[in-house]
Amino acid sequence: MPKITIDKERCKGCQLCILYCPKGQIRPDKNLNKKGIQPVVFLGGDCSGCKFCAIICPDAAIEVYK
Amino acid sequence: MDKIFGRPKSLRDIPTHYCSGCGHGIAHRLISEVVDELDIRERIIGVAPIGCAVIAYDYWDFDCCEAAHGRALAVATGIKRVRPEAIVFTYQGDGDLVAIGCAETIHAANRGENLTTVFINNAVYGMTGGQMAPTTLLNQKTATTPFGRDAKSAGYPLKISELLAQLSGVYYVERVSTDSPVKVLAAKRAIKQAFINQIEGKGFSLVEILSACPTYLGMKPTAAVKWVREEMTKEFPLGKIK
Repeated sequence: MPKITIDKERCKGCQLCILYCPKGQIRPDKNLNKKGIQPVVFLGGDCSGCKFCAIICPDAAIEVYK
Repeated sequence: MDKIFGRPKSLRDIPTHYCSGCGHGIAHRLISEVVDELDIRERIIGVAPIGCAVIAYDYWDFDCCEAAHGRALAVATGIKRVRPEAIVFTYQGDGDLVAIGCAETIHAANRGENLTTVFINNAVYGMTGGQMAPTTLLNQKTATTPFGRDAKSAGYPLKISELLAQLSGVYYVERVSTDSPVKVLAAKRAIKQAFINQIEGKGFSLVEILSACPTYLGMKPTAAVKWVREEMTKEFPLGKIK
């Protein structure tokens, strides 16, 4: 099963990955990161490895594994 | 399980100073990916602009140079003529390339310098506080046009790509966007083509990237990319111009 990892300290919370995830597997995190920004979190469910989240991420905070 | 997408080698592993949702981060990464794929990291010299991307050289892990405001193409011309084997590109915003650097841009293009230019068009001055840029859309509110840009007093959005495409020295001009993953992939193809043109000695190549500036558009990043897709592309249609 493909999966993604999100660097929470690098995430600036723009939520573009949430906008473009076709499976709805990314959500805002409940906790803030060290900069006080609300990062996003991968739910760990049905990921197709389409890389949309990583391609649109302006901070290169997402890695995709397949 | 293999990593199928990660940070390119030419992009340093440090946080950028850009605002949340800024298109500069995507453009930086695309250039780094293209440099890695073409294996030109030891040959490339970037020229950073003045503007939000002024410290782009801190983020790219290859040789870079800084130019005075708008003069990136003049500096790049000098570098290319002294080091013709180097792959030289400029990375410029709309205030840099279209406003103060308009003369340098037009003349470098008209001379047909064998250079690549990556032009980030976000329709506003980002670094200095959201003032009107030459590419600001009509009726768009900025710090210096609080009631919207009025053509009578502030003129019309300057389409520099169409303007440059008319020059004989220009080989390749394409306008792309970073508002969705599919458009980002198209932007990467265009940037790659612009670098290949230079490697093959074809002449001046310019890639205009429509990019969101959520901070000075006064929108959330998700709304800003929608604005780029729906409003900006009406004035600046995407596609290959030359």
